[in-house]
Amino acid sequence: MNAIINLIVGDAQADRVVPPTGFTARLTLFASGAMAFLTVFALALSLASGRLAHRWAEELARSATIRISAPADQMAAQTEAALTVLKQTPGVASARALSAAEQAALLAPWFGPDLPLDQLPMPQLVEVIEDSTGYDAQGLRLRLAAEVPGATLDDHTRWRKPLVDAARSLRRLGWISILLIGGAMAAMITLAAQAALAANHQVIEVLRLVGARDNYIALAFVRRFTIRAFLGATVGVVLGLAGVLLLPSASDEGGFLTGLGFQGATWLWPVLIPPLGALVALLATGAAARRTLRRLS
Amino acid sequence: MPGNEGLAVIELEQVAYSYGGGELLSDLSIRLSPGSFHFLTGPSGSGKTTFLKLCYGELQATAGQVRAFETDMRALDRDQMAMMRRRMGIVHQDCRFLDHLPVADNVALPLTVSGRDLGQENANLAELLSWVGLSDRADARPPELSGGERQRAALARAVIMSPDVVLADEPTGNVDWDMSQRLLQLLIELNKMGKTVLIATHDLALIRAAKSQVQARVLRISNRRLQLAGADL
Repeated sequence: MNAIINLIVGDAQADRVVPPTGFTARLTLFASGAMAFLTVFALALSLASGRLAHRWAEELARSATIRISAPADQMAAQTEAALTVLKQTPGVASARALSAAEQAALLAPWFGPDLPLDQLPMPQLVEVIEDSTGYDAQGLRLRLAAEVPGATLDDHTRWRKPLVDAARSLRRLGWISILLIGGAMAAMITLAAQAALAANHQVIEVLRLVGARDNYIALAFVRRFTIRAFLGATVGVVLGLAGVLLLPSASDEGGFLTGLGFQGATWLWPVLIPPLGALVALLATGAAARRTLRRLS
Repeated sequence: MPGNEGLAVIELEQVAYSYGGGELLSDLSIRLSPGSFHFLTGPSGSGKTTFLKLCYGELQATAGQVRAFETDMRALDRDQMAMMRRRMGIVHQDCRFLDHLPVADNVALPLTVSGRDLGQENANLAELLSWVGLSDRADARPPELSGGERQRAALARAVIMSPDVVLADEPTGNVDWDMSQRLLQLLIELNKMGKTVLIATHDLALIRAAKSQVQARVLRISNRRLQLAGADL
């Protein structure tokens, strides 16, 4: 506990016993800054993928479509029969037949607005919204087959599942990237700390000669590297957030890429990166210092 | 130190030290009592520095036992060794400073590493720098100091914690006669304050000068063994 308090509060005199070293200071600042910058994007990607997976899973799971293909003279009767079946099906919140205008709007992106749909043998679409308990899709299919021979139930499972899986995989990859970035940062800071400790072996000898304990010597190095990592990561996060802010804002037209970023409270997540970077530096430098001091004894 | 008269500050019992397959020191037995003054002499390469390093635990004896303040040095872990060194003032042959810190901070280093409040020690530090004649060099960096100034700064650093024993390795090695006399006077003054002093030197003139002022035992390392030097000094 004392060590943690000492680390945070610091001791200006103790900090000075370690000489400022050029390249390890720059390496630590650069590595932590670059890693924090990359972490911001990996985090943005992961959070956006998570949102997407959740939205697709939620929106698509709650709706289904019944397509009725029947001769024109039976179409109205079969539609009515399908709506009756749906009204009697537990788990269905609402069901309605799409109007001709709505169906035309669905096809307009492919065939244009001027296509004479009323002259084509178009199937009738019925939108089904389920309630929170959900319905038995298999049971509904069997009943429709018996009572509405032209009806086909599409509960979107076939194409929803791979999309949701893809979004979840993307989110997982984002988190794995963050872990790898943290590991790479720890490795770089360990190398920098070891280089600094090796370059200062004479300083360590002098400190031991005058009665410095290993904890004191280690803390002097650990504090320095932790502070550098925190500062570097702070700069990296600021630059990363600026980069995210410059991305186009979310829109339906842009799809997934324009939604890449933070929303609401998730903007607070990047704030955690500098302290976590400092923690990584603290652990990495502490381990390197203990190893080096043991070797130098 | 009343009550401690019977205890040895440093004691070596049948100590040997081997390095690279050869024995450098063998069968060393010596007991440094509180308040005693010892010179350790011998030709270059005879093992004087090794002897001192055994005394302050930088080297471990390959045979026998080294005790400091009645504690076997081999039984100490690194932290305990650090605490032990706070009771010892060590003047290294090459002084060993932190070159990026000014002289005053280097002299105060033992206080810094032991967590003492330097604000409360400022008066003592100033007095000590004045005692070794370095008041006007307090802000200089060690590389800017002359050989004599470095030796004096090292001596000041060695005594700032008021240690029980001062171990000095060739403290007058790089200075002229006048400066070596001045450093000797500082060490004699410390001894008169009750500190045990052990000086490794090959400067026989310095030993003769000291013997006229202080009751000192002279030890000589010859043929890997420790002998009490005779009247030829």
